[in-house]
Amino acid sequence: MVRTKAPRLYGVMAQFDNPSALVAAARETYEAGYRRINGYSPFPIEELSEAIGFERTLLPLIVLIGGILGGVGGFFMQYWMEVVDYPINVGGKPFNSWPAFIPITFECTVLVAAFAAVLGMLALNKLPQPYHPVFNAPNFALATRDSFFLVIESKDPKFQHDEVMRFLQSLEARDVCDVEI
Amino acid sequence: MDEERDDRHTSFHATHAVVGSELTFGSVTDKISAIVLKRKTPIGWFVGFAISFALFQLMLLAITNLLFKGIGLWGVNIPVGWGMDILNFVWWIGIGHAGTLISAILLLLRQKWRTSINRFAEAMTLFAVAQAGMYPVMHLGRPWLAYWLFPYPNTMGIWPQFRSPLMWDVFAVSTYATVSAMFWFVGLIPDFATLRDRANSKPFRLIYGMLAMGWRGSARHWHRYEMAYLLLAGLATPLVLSVHTIVSFDFAVGIIPGWHATIFPPYFVAGAIYAGFAMVLLLTIPLRKIYGLESFITMRHMHNMAKVMLATGLIVAYGYMIEAFFGWYSGNPYEKFMIWNRMHGPYAPYYWALILCNGLTPQLLWFKKIRSKLLLLWLISIVVSIGMWLERFVIVVTSLHRDFLPSSWGFYRPSQWDWAMFIGTIGFFLALLFLFIRFLPMISIFEMRTILPEAEVEEG
Repeated sequence: MVRTKAPRLYGVMAQFDNPSALVAAARETYEAGYRRINGYSPFPIEELSEAIGFERTLLPLIVLIGGILGGVGGFFMQYWMEVVDYPINVGGKPFNSWPAFIPITFECTVLVAAFAAVLGMLALNKLPQPYHPVFNAPNFALATRDSFFLVIESKDPKFQHDEVMRFLQSLEARDVCDVEI
Repeated sequence: MDEERDDRHTSFHATHAVVGSELTFGSVTDKISAIVLKRKTPIGWFVGFAISFALFQLMLLAITNLLFKGIGLWGVNIPVGWGMDILNFVWWIGIGHAGTLISAILLLLRQKWRTSINRFAEAMTLFAVAQAGMYPVMHLGRPWLAYWLFPYPNTMGIWPQFRSPLMWDVFAVSTYATVSAMFWFVGLIPDFATLRDRANSKPFRLIYGMLAMGWRGSARHWHRYEMAYLLLAGLATPLVLSVHTIVSFDFAVGIIPGWHATIFPPYFVAGAIYAGFAMVLLLTIPLRKIYGLESFITMRHMHNMAKVMLATGLIVAYGYMIEAFFGWYSGNPYEKFMIWNRMHGPYAPYYWALILCNGLTPQLLWFKKIRSKLLLLWLISIVVSIGMWLERFVIVVTSLHRDFLPSSWGFYRPSQWDWAMFIGTIGFFLALLFLFIRFLPMISIFEMRTILPEAEVEEG
């Protein structure tokens, strides 16, 4: 591609035909010192997130906190309603008949933890996000079918357009192209 | 040695494959998405949808009439205050349980064969729970006050009674419905993106695009997504067991003879899975044929589902034996009478039909020849579904109609409106399923891609 003035560039994208090629290319890119890189694939590939140096997520912690809040909140909701706010004597049972409160405590734990898992995942992934530059790439619709992509973002400190182009072409990619914002 | 193992592996693959060997990333994607996007809707779909939609109208008619006239329309009376509404509630929610078992428990157990049936089974769960939820609400007498069941600050200054199993039910069922819906939706997000990128008409692209929320298959997204999916499965597993346990508490916490038994929770959970797998088989056998999905839903799936049905059927049969044993061993005249009345009283035909359907019929599944005949498997699934319905009938009605005092004995017969409501919910359930298979991918596309041989990453 020949351009007269520098476009606003999101990054450079390479397309691969199979998951092994993508993972190998991602490893090499990471080893070459690029850090703002990302892979795109039609299904989850465990080795890929490892190859681009992304292995930790806060999600389990968020879900744990959600579960604890749900459980404690669920129990003390019942405690406050049945013991503090409006105590009623039912068949001589104690006001704080805690064993009877356990089923609802459990359900509240699961409910809040599940919401934390789903909303936490969406929030960390910044979804919903209607627009993203990678959708501009010509073959990107295949990322949900049978193609695999690797992007080096222009924000990478090592990013130099021509060198990145040359580097990605050396990785046996099927195609390399610019991704504009 | 290695060659020998390879040979064995090949023949193993031929008979036990979870996925057809000719499939690729592209063909899996195209075949499943074509059902929604490209293939002409089969005429059978229109006929089936029309019939089930008509039955759905019957349900609306039954509910409208009920709202105007009250539950006197139904056959319920004193002493049988819980008639078909509660037994249908238990029946429907039990059916739902197989979906969660397939999607969550089998995921945690790393059973790859679940992949091609989990989406469909989850949809079945969701739609079955929707039917189940209607019954207790309609049974309230004043269904428009159903929101009183939830603890919200109100002008009356009172709170729900949390010591009651009926309140536990409200929380269990609503949590189950919510979590199942979220699990299902999360599973659909990457497939919505696939449909968005394949759709050739603008409205479809727009709708699937909105539902996909901008999913683009980023490695970082997948990583968190997989974590969320796994955690949801881990949460759904104890949840599904708790739901039918709590449903069984509705009975077991009461002191009625025949209900007050510690065996109820495991016995109910096993029955739920049993009924649910019967329903999955009942629905997938014709679907697989009509849509030509034999390379996705293989004979291996049929065998495995039949085996789960057999195993849970045996637990259920054990439950029947223990119930009879408890009746005798308790030395309690009321318990003894209850079990005698079940076997010899006015509802004895129901009891023996139940033993025939649930105790004896599943024994046929021991034989591989029978499991391999799809028509037979389908018929057995119908028998099992009827058997599970009879089980709930026997539990609800025979225990209530003759309790401690002969002066308070009575008799229960469902009215035509009970039947209208029941048949109507079957119609509603099927209508939702028809819409589902027409507009959403009934097999999880992205999960199918992961189990293909070419998905394996070879490290150089």
